[in-house]
Amino acid sequence: MATVTIDKKTFMELVGRKISDKELDYYIPLIGVGLEEMHEDSFVIDVNPNRPDMLSQQGFARAFASFIGLKEGVRRYSAKKSDYKVIIDSSVKKVRPYTACAVVKNLRFNDERIKDIIQVQEKLHITIGRNRKKAAIGIYPFEKIKMPIKFLAMPATEIKFRPLEYPGELTGLQILSKHPTGREYAYLLEGQEEFPVFMDASNRILSMPPIINSHDTGKITQSTTDVFIECSGFDYKVLAEIITIITTALADMGGEIYEVKIIDGGNEIISPNLSTQKMKLDLEYVNSVIGININKSDAKNYLRRMGMDLEGDNVIIPCYRIDILHKIDLVEDIAIAYGYDNLKPELPAIATIAGQSRMHQLKNIISNLLIGLGLLETNSYCIINSNDQTVGMANDDAEIVKLANAHSTEYNSMRHSILPSLLNILKINKHHEYPQSIFETGYVFSKDSQTETGVAEKTNLAVVMSDADYDYTTIRQVLDYLASNLGLAIELKEESFPWYIRGRSALIKLATGECLGSIGEVNPAVLENFELFTPVVAMEINLNLVLYALGN
Amino acid sequence: MDIKAIISKLHPLERKVISSLKDNITNRELESKTSLSGVEVMRALQWLENKKLITTFDKVEELISLDLNGVKYKEMGLPEYRFLRAIKDSPKSRSEIIKEASLEEDEFNVCIGILRKKAAIEINKDKELLFKITPQGQKLLEKPMLEMLFLEQNFPIDKSKLTDEMRFAFDNLKKRHKIIKVDIVKTRIIKLTELGRAVIKNTPAEVKVIDKITPVMLKEGSWKNKEFRAYDVEINVPRITGGKRHFVNQAIEYIRQIWLEMGFKEMEGPIIQTSFWNLDVLFVPQDHPARSMQDTFFIDNPSKGTLPDNALAEAVKAVHENGGTTGSKGWQYRWSREVASQNMLRTHTTCLSARTIATLKKSDLPAKFFSVNKVFRNETLDWKHLFEFNQVEGIVVDYNVNLQHLFGYLKEFYRKMGYKDVRLVPSHFPYTEPSMEILALHPLKNEWVELGGSGMFRPEVTIPLFGEEVRVLAWGQGMERIITEYYGITDLRELYKNDIEQLRSIKSWIKL
Repeated sequence: MATVTIDKKTFMELVGRKISDKELDYYIPLIGVGLEEMHEDSFVIDVNPNRPDMLSQQGFARAFASFIGLKEGVRRYSAKKSDYKVIIDSSVKKVRPYTACAVVKNLRFNDERIKDIIQVQEKLHITIGRNRKKAAIGIYPFEKIKMPIKFLAMPATEIKFRPLEYPGELTGLQILSKHPTGREYAYLLEGQEEFPVFMDASNRILSMPPIINSHDTGKITQSTTDVFIECSGFDYKVLAEIITIITTALADMGGEIYEVKIIDGGNEIISPNLSTQKMKLDLEYVNSVIGININKSDAKNYLRRMGMDLEGDNVIIPCYRIDILHKIDLVEDIAIAYGYDNLKPELPAIATIAGQSRMHQLKNIISNLLIGLGLLETNSYCIINSNDQTVGMANDDAEIVKLANAHSTEYNSMRHSILPSLLNILKINKHHEYPQSIFETGYVFSKDSQTETGVAEKTNLAVVMSDADYDYTTIRQVLDYLASNLGLAIELKEESFPWYIRGRSALIKLATGECLGSIGEVNPAVLENFELFTPVVAMEINLNLVLYALGN
Repeated sequence: MDIKAIISKLHPLERKVISSLKDNITNRELESKTSLSGVEVMRALQWLENKKLITTFDKVEELISLDLNGVKYKEMGLPEYRFLRAIKDSPKSRSEIIKEASLEEDEFNVCIGILRKKAAIEINKDKELLFKITPQGQKLLEKPMLEMLFLEQNFPIDKSKLTDEMRFAFDNLKKRHKIIKVDIVKTRIIKLTELGRAVIKNTPAEVKVIDKITPVMLKEGSWKNKEFRAYDVEINVPRITGGKRHFVNQAIEYIRQIWLEMGFKEMEGPIIQTSFWNLDVLFVPQDHPARSMQDTFFIDNPSKGTLPDNALAEAVKAVHENGGTTGSKGWQYRWSREVASQNMLRTHTTCLSARTIATLKKSDLPAKFFSVNKVFRNETLDWKHLFEFNQVEGIVVDYNVNLQHLFGYLKEFYRKMGYKDVRLVPSHFPYTEPSMEILALHPLKNEWVELGGSGMFRPEVTIPLFGEEVRVLAWGQGMERIITEYYGITDLRELYKNDIEQLRSIKSWIKL
């Protein structure tokens, strides 16, 4: 989501009448836009990513005016013919292969409008431009440029121009280290020997996309009336969409759009393409998805309020509505115009049988047995510190599923046992009254090449009990109580585990031989690692196996 | 409270004290009269005072009592007395006197000092020292010594009540080693109130009330025709704590119950998912910001998983690239299997809905599913951000469901959750169209609050998964917000901190 600041005066001029704060407050959410802040002279909206056409004040005002019924129907835009050319040099194909361009004339810039156009440019960069990675936009004072323009790649050190708001000339490479914007976006050109540049017919560099414009030929001022706009990137469709959104916004400011012929090897593309799109109206589909019964003329009205129109069976879609991919998208627009507040809540006559997961049922049964014994259930994160799992548990060789990009070192791995989580809980609770007996059921993770992701996920139960005179018998009684209540035949076999005291721990096995888990008195070396000074006894079992055993 | 009621509730200790109670009596006197311990008497007095039967004030006294030697001399006689007795008939030597009067060495020396001061003995030197009684000494033996009389008193004695003679003896003894000691003691003095007098008058000397019921009483029936002492049932008693479910899990159970009541089946599935299931099947383009390292946890090793059967993977690829058979334009880019096979922690439970739809056959419809389970976002833990939390999600799959049905389910679901009304406003999610934000009327604030998201799955999602277009109503929301609001928790970290005191004392999740 992106926020856009709307100046009330500009907005009302565009809409065509005065709009009260109350109306703004009421209508804005109904269009599907968030109203974030309301100020005396302006307000801030939050635009969903599917509607980049509303990232400009002009685009938002356009949608608003249609929706409230002031200026309904399709806004048509066209570009005047011209012989302006932009030539894409083959050298640039491997670094930034495409550009879409336009020229807009007769603009009267003032401070307000310059701010406005910079805002649109920035918001488009952040959103569909994916922070300039996918698309970067440049706007230039047309009077300072000599057509035709070339889009080419040059060795980074041979590029020389004065970047925006910088005292002197720099090479392409220097820009990446010396200019603030250069440093910010340097990663986008990292590792390349040649950088893309736009160059005019007098061989002056206009800009080095996606980083920065030239201060001499790429800075809009109050005296600017005509502009050249380019958008460069890797996917022509996206670039063309962005040019459409910007040029239509500029046209709403009073500008006249001119075509630019883009020569890309053997191909010639006329940019921008401002023609409307057509999509067939499937009225039955509309009615059945929304659950209403409207006719064609209703549909036409609703479409017109969404800035579209209906001609025959064809919905006319304005060029800037790049979010219409499928007829379902038309359904949503009609539904929005129909008004979600006008929907009637209905429950369909669908009979279905409810059912809960068997694992969840088992977890509830076990939890209820354990709380009956006076144990407290805990709920902790699946993501824990990897060191607590290995060194902490005296089990340095444990194979842990680690996260690749955790922000914090405290939480950097998936737990393969619940015991470390519970020992950490005892650690932070030492100042509270003992005995402390807690349990948790939850997911544990281990590497397993047989699964889809290479990780096996199981559900475990762990119990830890801590008090001055607790010993193996204490925890063994809990295990026996659970097993007998579950009707589970288990066997214990003495076994050593690094985290238990040798000779005071056992493997818990099903009568059929599978290893269910382990039980024992926690090794004082482990207690020391968790800064615990009261004896702890513990057990952990795999509930997937319990479920399997109970199912048999 | 009337007198009878007061009497019926008297604790056994109070009854015992009352039987000996009179104006100006002290706690110490009560101790000896009732043979209760000091603590018991004080407790009873405190209760009686609370009930306004008595008033008390404290008097500070110096109490004289016998020390170690005092106790011994009271029995054996003072050493100087024994000394004189030993030489009453003839002078004797040091060793003879010590033996006959059973004196300690140091006692002998003290006696010499005292007796010479009283001119009761003479010391003659022959071969050895001989001690001879004087006529003054004989006199001392005739009538009891003041110090001896003092020791024979009943201790403790109030120092302020000593007669002149006694004070003389006290002063002498005080100087000597461990004969008497003086303690500063607080004494509680009791005054009866009018109510107290009335209660005493009406309390039967011996009451046959049952205090603790014993198994023997029940077996023998000895409780019959007796009264039970009434307790002060309004008094505070010590706290106990018990085992219980974690409060977040209590809330999860409550929400699961709502889904079950509405006829939904529970979905479960892996936490680690390939990007394919978490994002690609949901028509999220591969360069969507949701995939950025900032928002999503990726797995270090194994970093990649495998894609499901080729037909589904191919259908998803086609939908992304050009819409495939769905009638959509698609996103128009080259879809990468490599990107789709990246392992990540699921960012939503919608991947479970997708997996579930992929397993459905036409004959399974209509079908309704829910899940309440963990999801993950790569956040740094702070008071308003968790990296791991619970999402509530439900879907209804059928050919004939529509938006009004979605609205109907939402109203019902949120009514059960305690919200009076629900509104929908347009929103956007990559995998639903239409997409709506759910606003619910908050029962206390009486204003619309944003609760969750809802919509119908796009054909670009359902067709590859199910094989043909089917309607899927979907809605969901995070759970933590409802829980923090219910418990008045402002720091999200407290939800999963597991502070044992918090777990022991937090109230149960009750929404009926």
